[in-house]
Amino acid sequence: MPAMAQKRVFAIIVLLIGAAIGYFVYHSEVTASWPFKLGLDLSGGTQLVYRADLNAIQSSDVAESMSALRDTIERRVNMFGVSEPLVQTEQTSALSGTSEQRLIVELPGVTDTQKAIALIGETPVLEFRLLKSANPPAAFSTTTVNQDFEPAAITGKDLASSELQFQGSVAISEPVVVLHFTSQGAKIFADLTKNNVGRYFGIFLDGQPISIPVIRESIPDGTAVISGGFTATGAKELARNLNYGALPVPIELISTQTVSGTLGDKAVRDGIMAGLWGIGAVALFMLLWYRLPGLLATIALTLYIVVMLALFKFIPVTLTAAGIAAFILSVGMAVDANVLIFERIKEELRGGKSTAESISDGFARAWPSIRDSNISSMITAVILFWLGTSLIKGFALVFGLGVLVSMLTAITVSRTFLFALGVDAKYGFTRLLFGSGISRT
Amino acid sequence: MFIIKHRNAFFALTGALVLAALISVAVFGLHLGIEFTGGTLVEVSYDLPAPGTGGQAGGTRPDPVALTNTLNDAGFKDFSLRETGDNGYTLRAQSIGDAQRGELAAVFSYQGGTAHVDQLTEIGPTIGAELRNKAILALGLVLLCILLFIAFAFRKVSQPISSWVYGLIALVTLVHDIIIPMGFFALLGYLTGAQVDTLFVTAVLTVLGFSIHDTIVVFDRTRENLRINHEKNRKEDFAETAGHSLNQTFVRSINTSLTVLFTLLVLYFIGPASTKVFALTLLVGITAGTYSSIFLATPLLVWVEKRRNKAKK
Repeated sequence: MPAMAQKRVFAIIVLLIGAAIGYFVYHSEVTASWPFKLGLDLSGGTQLVYRADLNAIQSSDVAESMSALRDTIERRVNMFGVSEPLVQTEQTSALSGTSEQRLIVELPGVTDTQKAIALIGETPVLEFRLLKSANPPAAFSTTTVNQDFEPAAITGKDLASSELQFQGSVAISEPVVVLHFTSQGAKIFADLTKNNVGRYFGIFLDGQPISIPVIRESIPDGTAVISGGFTATGAKELARNLNYGALPVPIELISTQTVSGTLGDKAVRDGIMAGLWGIGAVALFMLLWYRLPGLLATIALTLYIVVMLALFKFIPVTLTAAGIAAFILSVGMAVDANVLIFERIKEELRGGKSTAESISDGFARAWPSIRDSNISSMITAVILFWLGTSLIKGFALVFGLGVLVSMLTAITVSRTFLFALGVDAKYGFTRLLFGSGISRT
Repeated sequence: MFIIKHRNAFFALTGALVLAALISVAVFGLHLGIEFTGGTLVEVSYDLPAPGTGGQAGGTRPDPVALTNTLNDAGFKDFSLRETGDNGYTLRAQSIGDAQRGELAAVFSYQGGTAHVDQLTEIGPTIGAELRNKAILALGLVLLCILLFIAFAFRKVSQPISSWVYGLIALVTLVHDIIIPMGFFALLGYLTGAQVDTLFVTAVLTVLGFSIHDTIVVFDRTRENLRINHEKNRKEDFAETAGHSLNQTFVRSINTSLTVLFTLLVLYFIGPASTKVFALTLLVGITAGTYSSIFLATPLLVWVEKRRNKAKK
């Protein structure tokens, strides 16, 4: 029977592919060539979330300023030797009720929150603003900065480098910091100074006005001088910090999350143990209850697990404790389609059909239920992924993937194997193999 | 069919359970965690004495009263302190400043016991409000999408009950599936100090997806049997068809829930500490969901049909 031979060859190919994926997962783990990506709650580390204060920025500059902000922080974090840091910007959705630009910094391995905050916090914030009124205010208060000044076209992101210089005669020389703008920044600065001759130009450092000179003429060479009564050391330090990069806008810390490495390691160990026991319990149940089809379901489940693990490595999915929980939960749910199919096949068998017919009818009849019920889980997964925090996103991604992959493995793999076995249920023994714990068939 | 026949008894049981859950929520209340309110959560642990050294020489946690005084002195506001595990504390407090953050480990440490900060979470008030909005939105969206989906899935069945009734009943079972874990969680909060966080919301939403899954399978079978009856021109009482369908899907419902419950039990007992409460909530929710799919959904369907018949006569 060539058709049967074909089905068996196909089944063997499926098994081999599964074994190959399994070997890949094992090999890549041993050689660490494609490691699992662990979230901060498993690897240990610190996450800091900042809100960017964009009051002093023209709205057209927001996107560019945020990317400059990210680059600067990233440079700074890298400089301090944090391995695999993650720095990203995020705009809160209108749905959440607030509209903010945020900066998220993840520092794996840094478990001292205070140090992490200090590391980011030393980055200077450099801002330029134009005074609205023609005369400088007599007294200056930081609370009225936004009323007194308006944003200038040039921002901290246009800074290329800075250096310490001394101005004035030798006897009364004063240390100043000279800012050199990028070529693009120089153009903006030239235009700005040309169009605003006579106005006061405020240079702000970390929100404080450092110097507010009057623009006397257009400055085409792309340099500006900060002379704010520095000491030589202060000016030197500022120039160095500015060279590492200045933030174009101030940022405010709004959330921190730190998990120690020991806690993370324990969570990983517990997660792996729970996974193994969970898989074992489900496999045992399926074998005892569904016998031969249960064995096939267990093979399908094994394939499901290796495919998921390979996907975790490939995509890569950042695994969190919630993600591991979703995976273990999905193992319990993955056999659902198999249970539906097997129960259907048993019914068809009871109805007096041949095994082959029962199998194909059982699949056909079970399909609408499998499809509909998986859609409802996908709805939940998609909404959770869309609205969730990073923790919940980790859960939703694994859960959604699990639903899709389990549907695939249950339908294709179980079907292939059931047909490939080519059993005929007219013998009592086969009936026994296809029977289940308490059924009368 | 046993369940259909004794449906009034099951309605009473369901009603009692829902009432108990509602009372639990009313009495104990659902306390929002810092993820939703903003604030600080600190978990510390103390070095355990090496095995064999014995005694109180070092490494036990300090007395809570003494620690509370220390925390007061250090300027922590509106905090609650709870013992966790054998040698740790969980502190929930308002937002803390730089100074307090810097000396966290030092404040918890005392002579003879060095504290380690295992976990520190600070949530600003805007993020809290945002997460709260998102959680409510997610809950609403999931319910809406599921309702639309059921109406769509059952658009072709209109005899003897129109498809929107299936949807409505499914929604009623979903409300049941939300209330039961809420009541359980209120009790858990009273007993262990568990607070409603994004993981709780996730658990509830997952339960909704899973439970509706179960309900759909049962309703789907009813839909199929109605069609077969129609094709074969067989006259059968709706209650009988429904009971029959329930019978056919009963084993499947129980079995798929069982495999999920196995994995959840494992997750609760030996899984990571951070997902224990989550696993427990899911355990209760999925049990409630399976119960409602079997003992509530179809009996309600039969009840509606009977009432309509009466109204017609």
